[in-house]
Amino acid sequence: MATRISRRFEALKEENRAALVTFTIAGDPNYEASLATLRGLPEAGADIIELGMPFTDPMADGPAIQKAGQRALRAGQNQRKTLQMVREFRQHDQDTPIVLMGYYNPIYRYGVEAFLKDASEAGIDGLIVVDLPPEHDRELCSPAMAAGLDFVRLATPTTDERRLPRVLENSSGFIYYVSVAGVTGGRAPTPDEVEHAIGRIREKSRLPVAVGFGIRSADQAAAIGRFADAVVVGSALVDCIDKADSSDAGTRAVHELTRELAGGVRSARG
Amino acid sequence: MSSTLAEQFTKGRFTAGPDADGFYGDFGGRFVAETLMPLILELEQAWEWSRTDENFRRELAEYQRDFIGRATPLYYAERLTEAFGGAKIYFKREDLNHTGAHKINNCIGQILLARKMGKKRIIAETGAGMHGVATATVAARFGMDCVIYMGATDIERQQPNVFRMKLLGAEVIPVESGTGTLKDAMNEALRDWVTNVDSTFYLIGTVAGPHPYPALVRDFQSVIGRETRAQMLEREGRLPDTLMACIGGGSNAMGLFHPMLDDESVQMIGVEAAGHGIETGEHAASLNGGQPGVLHGNRTFLLQSDDGQIIDAHSVSAGLDYPGIGPEHAWLHVQKRVNYVAVTDREAIEAFKLCCELEGIIPALESAHSLAHLAKIAGDLPHDHIVVLNMSGRGDKDMASVANWLEEHGDTDKLPDTTVAAAEPGSVDDMQPPHDVAKKTGESE
Ligand SMILES: Cc1ncc(COP(=O)(O)O)c(C=O)c1O
Repeated sequence: MATRISRRFEALKEENRAALVTFTIAGDPNYEASLATLRGLPEAGADIIELGMPFTDPMADGPAIQKAGQRALRAGQNQRKTLQMVREFRQHDQDTPIVLMGYYNPIYRYGVEAFLKDASEAGIDGLIVVDLPPEHDRELCSPAMAAGLDFVRLATPTTDERRLPRVLENSSGFIYYVSVAGVTGGRAPTPDEVEHAIGRIREKSRLPVAVGFGIRSADQAAAIGRFADAVVVGSALVDCIDKADSSDAGTRAVHELTRELAGGVRSARG
Repeated sequence: MSSTLAEQFTKGRFTAGPDADGFYGDFGGRFVAETLMPLILELEQAWEWSRTDENFRRELAEYQRDFIGRATPLYYAERLTEAFGGAKIYFKREDLNHTGAHKINNCIGQILLARKMGKKRIIAETGAGMHGVATATVAARFGMDCVIYMGATDIERQQPNVFRMKLLGAEVIPVESGTGTLKDAMNEALRDWVTNVDSTFYLIGTVAGPHPYPALVRDFQSVIGRETRAQMLEREGRLPDTLMACIGGGSNAMGLFHPMLDDESVQMIGVEAAGHGIETGEHAASLNGGQPGVLHGNRTFLLQSDDGQIIDAHSVSAGLDYPGIGPEHAWLHVQKRVNYVAVTDREAIEAFKLCCELEGIIPALESAHSLAHLAKIAGDLPHDHIVVLNMSGRGDKDMASVANWLEEHGDTDKLPDTTVAAAEPGSVDDMQPPHDVAKKTGESE
């Protein structure tokens, strides 16, 4: 079945370029500004939008995304508002895929069934949940797929040959390759190593492979976009909001960097 | 049809867990990032090996005897027994272990696993600092690098332990996020681990974290309950009637309880920290005031909002200041095998003082929580009712915390002058009347 995500990757294949995937936290620095940021992302060059669900204890995130989550929570963000934000986004954009990314507890507490129903209705296309390895597919992965949402799995440098098939098995939409062992916003990946790892994944899966963690600049996006199907940028965008003097300025800065990064993925295979 | 209680016991069902996926009923599991999964599976194998390997068992037993100083005494607390006027009270003296708490039982076991797995760098989280000290101690003994994550708030209130860790060669990294307590230290340790997964062994300090940690920490702490059982049979010719222990993550409690979970006659009480009182929302009682959720790799009861955001815990005792609890306790709670209660900061401080005065034992503030609950129930129990309380640690580390608490709450009249002077220079003379102190600090007590 064609989904927004599969259609987008098909279209980009025609263009022979990688997708730019942006990551920001829903509600950072507040609901209105975050929605404005979200609405301008496709125009600025984002092909797929990852929207972070803020959580008090983001164990796989570095300082930038930790702070962004705290800002959002302080401004009153919660799961319901995050779904509402996507609903409002969908009033004007029916094509750009949106993937929610975060940790399991806020979904668990919401109630898995209720959450999946509300997320589908809001126009969400997929989920990435950091703390749900394949061992816990029954919790959310299987119900999500039954509800028509993609469940995007993370593969990492520590995922060895034996384990890889299990990780790929129930992934859908795309595979997210975490390019360095570590938290978000850490050191930059080595393109050669990443290319090798992606080769391994492609031997076993036909899904597009996105690469994220440690990618900050247009040059880096170009280097990874040469061989990856998608390039994910998070901490660098979130930093724009952190450094801005006002929420408007933050939105502008996010869009500005998105434009640069979009230039990067477009020049990659030039 | 539900089976009778007696049937449940004969099946050994309370000691059967965890299952192959690391669950105790609905609780437990391994909710971690993929980066950590391969290592966790490797650790699980090492743990399985350690349970049966004879050389490992022998070496562990030697370190328990010669390095930790086990077996710890089972001590008859005669004057507290008299003072409460009911149950006969014994302490299991984990405070007499090397480094002053039960924490080292687990550390010595885990460092042997780390060595087996070829790891050279040890990281740990710590609240009260007792686990940090015990970890730094075994890391020194085995010549490994050691990094301890400790909340900034805890660093302040447990200074002596910070100095001890540094003396033992550990690097202590302050964690500012959240309330700067145990939960935040654990987040930071997990971030370090995910970054340095190849070189590093994460030495978790309690029966929490992803499987196999809750089970392996329990196994290493169960020496407490096994000794207690044997000592009690020798001494009284029978099993105790009630076991009591405080609950932070739940390791000292699990260590005492687990070997007697299948003994139907033995009642068990776990004592959580009620902080300012459960009704105030400022507490650390995950079972009595929390809801099921997923944090730090396992499903358990957590202090959290309706939105699934974790709420910071509060306790005067740094070692209990954690918004979760080990998953096996969550299961024993819903099974009603163990009764979990909670006592406030104030009750714990009063019990702390009583124990100093009557038994000549300065308990850890953590252990004082279980003592505080015992004070409530002992008088109503018959003289032949035997209670064993886990004296999980000694209270030397808590001098400043206790002095500050008494000062803040206007109880300094009950405090020996010298202690105040030593802990808080100048504060005795500056003391305001209790009424004003309360206003100044905004305390509602
Ligand atoms: C003396 C003592 N008792 C109890 C605890 C609580 O931990 P647990 O519940 O894992 O035994 C601590 C933790 O630091 C401690 O230092």
